Amino acid sequence: MRILVCVKRVPAPGARINIAADGQAIDTAFLGFTMSPHEECAVEEAVQLVEKHGGEATVLTLGPAEADEQLRYAASLGVANAVLLPITGPDWDPQRTAAAIAAAIAELEAADGVFDLILFGNESADSGGFQVGVRVAHALARPIVNGIKGIEVQGDVLVARREADVGVEVYEIPLPAVLGVKEGINLPRYPTLKGRLASKKVAVAQVVPDAEPGGQKMVTLMPAAEQVSATVILGTGPEAAAAVVDMLEEIGVLK
Amino acid sequence: MILVVVEHDRGTMSPASWEALAAARKLGETHALTIGEAADGLVEEIGAFGATTVHQVHDNLLVDYGPELWGEVVAQAVTALNPTMVLTTGTDRGNEVMAHAAAILDLPMVANVVEFGDGGLVRVRWGGSLLERCTLEAPTHLVTIAHHAFAADESPTSATVTQLSVQLDPTLGRTVVRDRVERAAGVTLATAPVVVSGGRGVGSADGFAPLQELATALAGVVGCSRAVTNLGWRNHTDQVGQTGTRIAPDIYIACGISGAIQHWVGAMASKKILAINTDPEANMVTKADYAVIGDLHQVVPAITAEVRRRRG
Repeated sequence: MRILVCVKRVPAPGARINIAADGQAIDTAFLGFTMSPHEECAVEEAVQLVEKHGGEATVLTLGPAEADEQLRYAASLGVANAVLLPITGPDWDPQRTAAAIAAAIAELEAADGVFDLILFGNESADSGGFQVGVRVAHALARPIVNGIKGIEVQGDVLVARREADVGVEVYEIPLPAVLGVKEGINLPRYPTLKGRLASKKVAVAQVVPDAEPGGQKMVTLMPAAEQVSATVILGTGPEAAAAVVDMLEEIGVLK
Repeated sequence: MILVVVEHDRGTMSPASWEALAAARKLGETHALTIGEAADGLVEEIGAFGATTVHQVHDNLLVDYGPELWGEVVAQAVTALNPTMVLTTGTDRGNEVMAHAAAILDLPMVANVVEFGDGGLVRVRWGGSLLERCTLEAPTHLVTIAHHAFAADESPTSATVTQLSVQLDPTLGRTVVRDRVERAAGVTLATAPVVVSGGRGVGSADGFAPLQELATALAGVVGCSRAVTNLGWRNHTDQVGQTGTRIAPDIYIACGISGAIQHWVGAMASKKILAINTDPEANMVTKADYAVIGDLHQVVPAITAEVRRRRG
């Protein structure tokens, strides 16, 4: 199988996010970076599918030159090829991002053949636009289903599972296809030392992105209203148990 | 006119759709779009939230949910009805369907809006920990609203029903739900009234046993932080947070969880939060309603014992 995984460089989850003084970006001075959690799982899934069915995986990102770090991380886990669509300045809007990625995929496929499967994360951890993968799939005239937490390849059909309120929905999608995957589909591995060393030697191909801006314009970023809570300390250590259970009775949890 | 795409599963409307209808009504005249015959029975429920017209779409391809077909129906409805805005739920299905419609129409789409203002739309980023004000340059605004951001106020009207005809390419049936595995009966993390959750501080997979005992004593379920699923101690289905499950229990008992923002956004809809942590400065402690400062390995069994003692 030829598999492509599209990822985005984002600040590491867990960090406190501060907004820059001009409100146009986040202050990245003290932040570590990673790829979005859903995409870490997409990379792991691609590596597992290649281990099972053969072929090779490619990772692609549109982002700053520093996103080289995320491409090499994917390479350290077993992804063979890496492609950077370098941009400078602020993030591109979703329409522009998708158009540039779709054009780059068309270029890669013209050179080396069609990707049987293209994986995206369900949504990026930072901007959360919920649309780039869908737009790319439409541009390539391929099926896409989002929210996928299980993939099985049966010949030229994908059996994909997603969780819904009522249970698990099962889709059967003809290849070539695009999927948006969610964290929980697998448990991503950590890179081995050998993998890390090998990733340093991977040649990162560059495709210069070219697309018109879309119709969504960011005006400013704002902090969400902080929940201010005067925490009631019920006690210290196991002696606090009685006060805790009093509280549980008071709020009606324990009748 | 604002067109609300009603999210339903085989004729059962999602509560998020009530919020979408109520939010739309406050912005202007609201019509609703229902996809598939299974939704024909929803007219009265839709009218309760103030929509004046229900556009029903029937096609034998629309028996069960399919993102490509639903997106195509919404795109054709936009062309036929020319609404100023299309609004739907910021759920898995809502965001997905709107993205398909946006791709077909080549229009911008704004996900998870929490406010409609003069200066533009306000939407959530980072799962809700950051807000973005943005503007849209488009003849029709395609918008999904964040769950719980708008009250589902009723404003009963009797809605007029019309049929909207669509032309659907049968190929799009390739992404219709083929099969379903119904969830086993019982409380789930998303619906449980009590969630007892553990973080890295629990120390090991086995360390969750006392948390499970407390959860059982309170008729609740066990949850965990992302650190725990990444360590392989619990399954991802137990994860509370931005990339896990968003919960809204009567009480959330967070044991040994520091409270990173991505965890907090999954837990913040809880009615009450009790943090148990050795660190009085931990985010989870300072944001909680109640806290016990101490080692969860001692505190949790003591609470379980006290619950059992009072129950006799």
